[in-house]
Amino acid sequence: MTLGEVVKVLDAKLLVGEDRHLAIEVKTAFSADLMSDVLAFAKSGSLILTGLTTPQVVRTASILDAIALIIVRGKTPPQDTLKLAHELDIPVLSTNYILFETSGRLYANGIVGCVEKIGGINNSKL
Amino acid sequence: MNTTYKKSLAVEGGNFDNAGMASIEIKKILKDLNIHDDILRKTAIAVYESELNIISYARNGRINLIVDDNEISIDVQDEGPGIEDIELAMQPGYSTATEHIRQMGFGAGMGLYNIKSCSDRFEISSTVNVGTHLKIIINRGNNL
Ligand SMILES: Nc1ncnc2c1ncn2[C@@H]1O[C@H](COP(=O)(O)OP(=O)(O)O)[C@@H](O)[C@H]1O
Ligand SMILES: [Mg+2]
Repeated sequence: MTLGEVVKVLDAKLLVGEDRHLAIEVKTAFSADLMSDVLAFAKSGSLILTGLTTPQVVRTASILDAIALIIVRGKTPPQDTLKLAHELDIPVLSTNYILFETSGRLYANGIVGCVEKIGGINNSKL
Repeated sequence: MNTTYKKSLAVEGGNFDNAGMASIEIKKILKDLNIHDDILRKTAIAVYESELNIISYARNGRINLIVDDNEISIDVQDEGPGIEDIELAMQPGYSTATEHIRQMGFGAGMGLYNIKSCSDRFEISSTVNVGTHLKIIINRGNNL
């Protein structure tokens, strides 16, 4: 699905990002509140779903060339986080759904995990 | 390319506000040098975790990047408390991170393990009350 469709499915607010971002195709995602786990397992070109709102989340997304950050549980990131996301060109979405629901809705629409389980390299459904 | 690219960046211990800035700068440099995505990602992760460790645990440090035709070499040196038991520190999950570090999503004890996984060659040495030194080598493969 495209990032624009992700916004619709999650009834999300696009806090940072422009029309050109909404056309980007998304296939994989990773959910975590531990950035070291994101670094260990997320693949580039994925969505990162998290409940954290610090600027470090944006830098982690940038290091990984993530397609977008999805902030769950209705949290609004502080201004410095949004400013940095704008500077580093990382789209930021905010959804009121909890992490479980957010992941489930995306999965039901064909998005799969970056890795399926630990020990496997790629997701067999890709 | 038949040149060697060098860059040295200082990292200040305790400066969490800028955590990740040095790594993002290095990533930009590597992108400009046309390093492959996969190798770029591995290098960026290793540098980022190294930068975070300087900020989290040391007084100050330096990240020295050298890129030649064959490999990317990252030398990370800091002045700080050092690591008493390196084997223990390398274990996934082991962490002495403070609450502040955890609130930012770090301190899962995966850092050194991640650095090692991203490296083709990895060496760590440390002297208590002096500092820690990481040598990270990532092969460029046929990416010239
Ligand atoms: N540069 C350093 N100086 C002093 N201690 C360090 C340094 N890097 C790592 N450590 C020690 O090793 C532990 C494990 O580091 P790491 O694997 O990066 O996990 P984390 O940073 O999440 O704790 C740290 O909690 C800390 O005790
Ligand atoms: Mg660490």
